[in-house]
Amino acid sequence: MTTSTGKAGAMRVGALLLAMPLLLWLFLLVILPHVDLLLVSLRERISYGKYEFSLINYIEFFVEPLYWNTYVRTAVMSLMATVLTLMIGFPVSYYIAKVMRGKGKNVLFLLCLIPFWVSELVRTFGWMILLRESGVISNFLQWAGIADGPIEMLYNDATIMVGLVYTSMLFMVVPLVSVLDSLDDSLIEAGYDLGGNAFTVTRDIVIPHAMPGIASGCIVVFMLTLGNYLTPNLLGGKDSLWFTEQIYTQFITRFNWESGSAFGFLLLVLSSLIVWIGLKLSRQTLSETVS
Amino acid sequence: MIPSIPQPRFYKGIYTGYIALFFIYLSAPLIVVGVFAFNDSLFPSMPWEGATLKWFFGSEGPYIGIFNDSKLLESVGVSAFVALCVTLLSVTVGTCNAFLFERAQFPGKNLLYVVALSPLVIPGVILGISILVFSNAIANGVEETIGWDLDFLRPGLFLVIIGQFAFITTITTLVISARLRKFDISLEEAALNLGATRQAALWTITIPFLKPALVGAGIVAFLMSFENFNTTLMLVGSDAPLTIAMFDRLKQGSTPVLNALSLLLMIVSGGLALLSVFVQRDKNT
Repeated sequence: MTTSTGKAGAMRVGALLLAMPLLLWLFLLVILPHVDLLLVSLRERISYGKYEFSLINYIEFFVEPLYWNTYVRTAVMSLMATVLTLMIGFPVSYYIAKVMRGKGKNVLFLLCLIPFWVSELVRTFGWMILLRESGVISNFLQWAGIADGPIEMLYNDATIMVGLVYTSMLFMVVPLVSVLDSLDDSLIEAGYDLGGNAFTVTRDIVIPHAMPGIASGCIVVFMLTLGNYLTPNLLGGKDSLWFTEQIYTQFITRFNWESGSAFGFLLLVLSSLIVWIGLKLSRQTLSETVS
Repeated sequence: MIPSIPQPRFYKGIYTGYIALFFIYLSAPLIVVGVFAFNDSLFPSMPWEGATLKWFFGSEGPYIGIFNDSKLLESVGVSAFVALCVTLLSVTVGTCNAFLFERAQFPGKNLLYVVALSPLVIPGVILGISILVFSNAIANGVEETIGWDLDFLRPGLFLVIIGQFAFITTITTLVISARLRKFDISLEEAALNLGATRQAALWTITIPFLKPALVGAGIVAFLMSFENFNTTLMLVGSDAPLTIAMFDRLKQGSTPVLNALSLLLMIVSGGLALLSVFVQRDKNT
């Protein structure tokens, strides 16, 4: 008896020791910083070192059209980028999962992944070389006689979109390939046997089956796009008007941490809300989505 | 649609063409970055002025090659140091977390698991500012009450390491947990029956089994740390890691030395990525 309770006691101490890093990590680096962020966003600087509770930072956000517009613009463009990534990535994932066979399939999948091990900075740099006025595409168009002079393709919304879709593609293709892989070929064959065509089979069999993958892909892509800083900043230039840039400006350039925290919190709320809605709509939980 | 169902040639052709276009789209930016590393011109842009290795080995200004650009090399060192610290920390804590979530039963486990996953859905910039605000609050509090100036809590490498650790640990936890879940616990029990101590069983049976996941998680953590931009941007002090240094150069406009550096980075990270795939592919054991 005594040994078994001693053993259980030792186990409990062991579990507690094991839990210490986890608890320290989550409390010191995740929970408390975000609570503090909320508290800072809810205060107003009265004079040096003196603060008062106030909603002024949030009021400012809603009153100033620039902030408000940037917020909505970031959300809408992230949503568009998500839809585009899905539309471009779905046929590719289907091709890898269902059309390809054997070794070629693994090679193609790996080819899809490798670009994303390269830093986002390098990838964006590549797009800048391709798209700038003296860049590869502009020169090619002149050489081919399609354009008369150099064309500047950087610094507009379409370019930002190209970069965002490119950066997000991996996070759409991986869950889609794995979910489409689990779709049994015989189901598709049965669909054709019963008189279906490519369109109806895709609509009634493939897409419903792929729904969990579509949901988790879209959630991750949307979240990453919303929080992206590099791509809009480098490809969009001064007019990119991305919300993370507003946060950066408030924090680093203007040193207005109170308003920067409020912006950060608003972005966090938007991102969490979309993730939550996505999970609810697809009837999944966060734990299922990541594993 | 699938090989067993005949499709008109025309559709098949269109589909294959689309896939080819997609892979051109994927590879084009990477290829031009690499090719322009060899362009004998002061700008990474057209026209092509002939091939050169100056951007790797050049030492006369303005043709300073990457191996003679002390500022960029220094930032590579900074990044490697940060990535090494983050890797060691996050793999260690991730292993503890994996054992805790897979083996132990305790109240509030599910809630804790969801919180542990949450760094994945927090945008990097926000994770950065929240840690910046919080560490600053602690530093100010300590300075006001006991007068110590805790310099490491101000923007700098320590905060960069902490900030990256905060979300990379979630990823290492997931990778290691997935492997630990496949472990047959009777192997450990057999070792105990045969007279091994708990520690000996852990070190000779369980940890070797986990090794592919530990190495894989380590590579992923290293690469994610090395390439991180969003969180680092908000926490960086005077020592700039590579991504920040490259970003500044890109904004100012740079010589193709950045292409040379990018090409080297691509080769190294591509190699590491392949390595991690092969290390984790070992599914028979």
